[in-house]
Amino acid sequence: MPLRQTLFAATAAFAVVFAMTPASSQTLRYANQGELKSLDPYTLKETTTIAHHAHVYEGLVTRDKDLKIIPALAESWETPEPTRWRFHLRKGVKFHNGDPFTADDVIFSADRVRAKGSNFLTNVPADAKFVKIDDYTVDVKLDSPNPILTSQWDGWFIMDKKWCEENNAVAPTPASATTPSYAALHENGTGPFTIESHQPGVKTVFKVNANWWRKPEHNLKEIVFTSIGSAATRVAALLSGEVDVIEPVPTQDIQRVNASGTATVMSAPEIRTIFLGMDQARDELLYSNIKGKNPFKDIRVREAFYKAIDVELIKNRVMRGLSTPSALMVAPQLYPLSKDFTRTKPDPDGAKKLMAEAGYPDGFEVTMDCPNDRYVNDADICQAVVGMLARIGVKVNLLAQPKAQYFGKVLKPGGYQTSFYLLGWTPASMDSHNVLYDIMGCRDDPKNTTRGEANLGGYCNKELDALADKILVEPDTAKRDQMIKQAFEIGIKDYGYIPLHQQALAWGVSKKVKLTQRADNEVLFYWATKQEE
Amino acid sequence: MLAFTLRRAIQAIGVMIAVGIISFSMFRFAGDPVNQIVSIDTSAAERAAIRKSLGLDDPVPVQFARYFANAAQFKFGVSYQFRLPVADLLKERMPATLELATCATILAMVVGILMGVYSALKRDTLLAKIFQAVSLIGISLPTFLIGILLIYLFAVVLGWLPSFGRGDVVRFGWWTTGLLTVSGLKALIMPSITLGLFQMTLIMRLVRAEMLEVLRTDYIRFARARGLTTRAIHFGHALKNTLVPVITVAGLQFGSVIAFAIITETVFQWPGMGLLFVQAVQNVDIPIMAAYLLMVSLIFVTINLVVDILYTVVDPRLRSAIDRPA
Repeated sequence: MPLRQTLFAATAAFAVVFAMTPASSQTLRYANQGELKSLDPYTLKETTTIAHHAHVYEGLVTRDKDLKIIPALAESWETPEPTRWRFHLRKGVKFHNGDPFTADDVIFSADRVRAKGSNFLTNVPADAKFVKIDDYTVDVKLDSPNPILTSQWDGWFIMDKKWCEENNAVAPTPASATTPSYAALHENGTGPFTIESHQPGVKTVFKVNANWWRKPEHNLKEIVFTSIGSAATRVAALLSGEVDVIEPVPTQDIQRVNASGTATVMSAPEIRTIFLGMDQARDELLYSNIKGKNPFKDIRVREAFYKAIDVELIKNRVMRGLSTPSALMVAPQLYPLSKDFTRTKPDPDGAKKLMAEAGYPDGFEVTMDCPNDRYVNDADICQAVVGMLARIGVKVNLLAQPKAQYFGKVLKPGGYQTSFYLLGWTPASMDSHNVLYDIMGCRDDPKNTTRGEANLGGYCNKELDALADKILVEPDTAKRDQMIKQAFEIGIKDYGYIPLHQQALAWGVSKKVKLTQRADNEVLFYWATKQEE
Repeated sequence: MLAFTLRRAIQAIGVMIAVGIISFSMFRFAGDPVNQIVSIDTSAAERAAIRKSLGLDDPVPVQFARYFANAAQFKFGVSYQFRLPVADLLKERMPATLELATCATILAMVVGILMGVYSALKRDTLLAKIFQAVSLIGISLPTFLIGILLIYLFAVVLGWLPSFGRGDVVRFGWWTTGLLTVSGLKALIMPSITLGLFQMTLIMRLVRAEMLEVLRTDYIRFARARGLTTRAIHFGHALKNTLVPVITVAGLQFGSVIAFAIITETVFQWPGMGLLFVQAVQNVDIPIMAAYLLMVSLIFVTINLVVDILYTVVDPRLRSAIDRPA
């Protein structure tokens, strides 16, 4: 084709494209593998859902781009006494229907979030009493000091009392409900976007809220969210330009997206820690050929397992470089002293020696439980672990199942039915105490029955528990961090767990869009800008 | 005749009950629904309370009786995930599935019959051989692979068609249709081909075989002897007689097209009932699973019943045999 003709064709093609998409500027299209089911912000505590709600609803506090707690609907707060917090509310804020935001809404929301049917019961402590001082001042009284009171309040969104009462939505709808819920299909928040239409599980259209109290950083008019469950289709939709942002991009497609020229993959370590756990509670393992005793009760066996596993190899081969090997059970973003800890090098020979010392020179057989649709490459990681343990003579029978079956088996309601497992954990409070209490705490604490409920292997050290209790009420940050350090050191010394890595976030983003990637994997578009077309 | 219809209807109810029992026993293996209702850090006490409120702790016979009583009244309750009535969710998703299944069936019939007739009449031409080869691919390639290949070619490489969803829809009461908008029609093309391909090849092979069979019969030979035109013989007599079994098969297949739409809907993120069902299985949303399975079996049973009755209407020999059983 002569040059002139080529140029003409190119111009024509450009003109056609240009003419076809004038209205789509500042409309951002987003596809996630998960669905947005209910618009009620107290129904499901799950990252994707909370992120959607955060476009519409706001809490008293929020987290900034670095996950630091900053004021939102509360302008400021102070703690006159360790057990009393005073919150000064922002004035002039209006809900989307025009109702003014006042202290009554805060008190109402504090009751609603702790009502039956809410999945956010622990976000606001049960002992916290909310007292209205005036329309824009609320006191929170506690039974015992809690320095991290607001740490989970970024996910506790404030609802409009009047609107809820008018629409018979005073309590969140429980799963056993027999009547539909108004709040599941409608919203009335104070946030940067309103919802124009919501087809549950299919498509949700957000429109900008022109009356938002904050000055917007985004330049969007509209966000169109579609759920695309099939990974191949989701990637195709990004590459064909039908959507601007997808989450997540499967590991094997990252190179393809980056090579496309139209989109790139944004990646950073997530704050979820992936680790292995061992049943140290039972006297005999449920799934092993060793009868009459539990080899994991022997610290040498646990150490041998730890030394047999090569996290760098998992990173390079299974995760294609997209993981950050971890020495701790908490992500470095959440704990400033993480850098003081390093993971010891893998040592299969040393591991073999330890196995022999423990009386298992020829290893033993154990079944490993693993989800196959929950974490990035979860079943592949387990497969790699099987191979690594084979080198020290341990025959691992892998049972990789969908999350519905996996969690049904291994969690407390299923009776902790596992001998060896892989799990991922993000502390909901973004704080180490949550890990020390839920994952590393002893299961048989008579005073605190919730302690160690996610400690599926039953690791237990009372010294660590005592430290965790002190950490909970210690207001001095430097002292607190030192105590956390001691607690983690105990856990490491005991080889209670085998931390593997923090998996990487993988968002597919069109080159027309600028996003801020927050480490908790909440995709938030109030920081997004889309290039004008 | 009435007795026959009644007998068939009773059999149909028996099938429905069997499906109910099988699906109920299946739910026990789907996993614990509570895990999907709450976040992982939810306390055991809270989980236990939810289990109790859902009646999951009741003895199995009690649970079954409750499930059965509700199902018999078509009461499916509220979805665990959406907190919305299952009936509303299915109603919302039904138009998408029915439209897709209808388009796929029509496509399969029209193209399948044309290809079948052609390859029967011009057996040795190159095109007929190509049709045969295509039909082999259609029968042997799995649906999701065809879907992904189509998406890659027409959405990513060529950029002609959308890779997912239904496009813009027009709403009439509770029914939504994508047939009236350009984006809706474009969105229908690839899913219809993917869903209809298997049927199309089936019909093509059926028409070809039947056609060859019919062309060998005496009445065709007599028609030729009478000096009728080839066209009248082929299309007036041969094709007409071929279509009876084809329509039967296509009708019966409509049920399985709706059922198999699950895979196509998953690949194309088609917002139909099949997609709702797949997501419900992943999330152990028992109310949706129960309702969907019962509905699909109802569709199957109804189609079979209608076909059985139609047979007797069409074929008088069958009717007399039924009225006076030997």
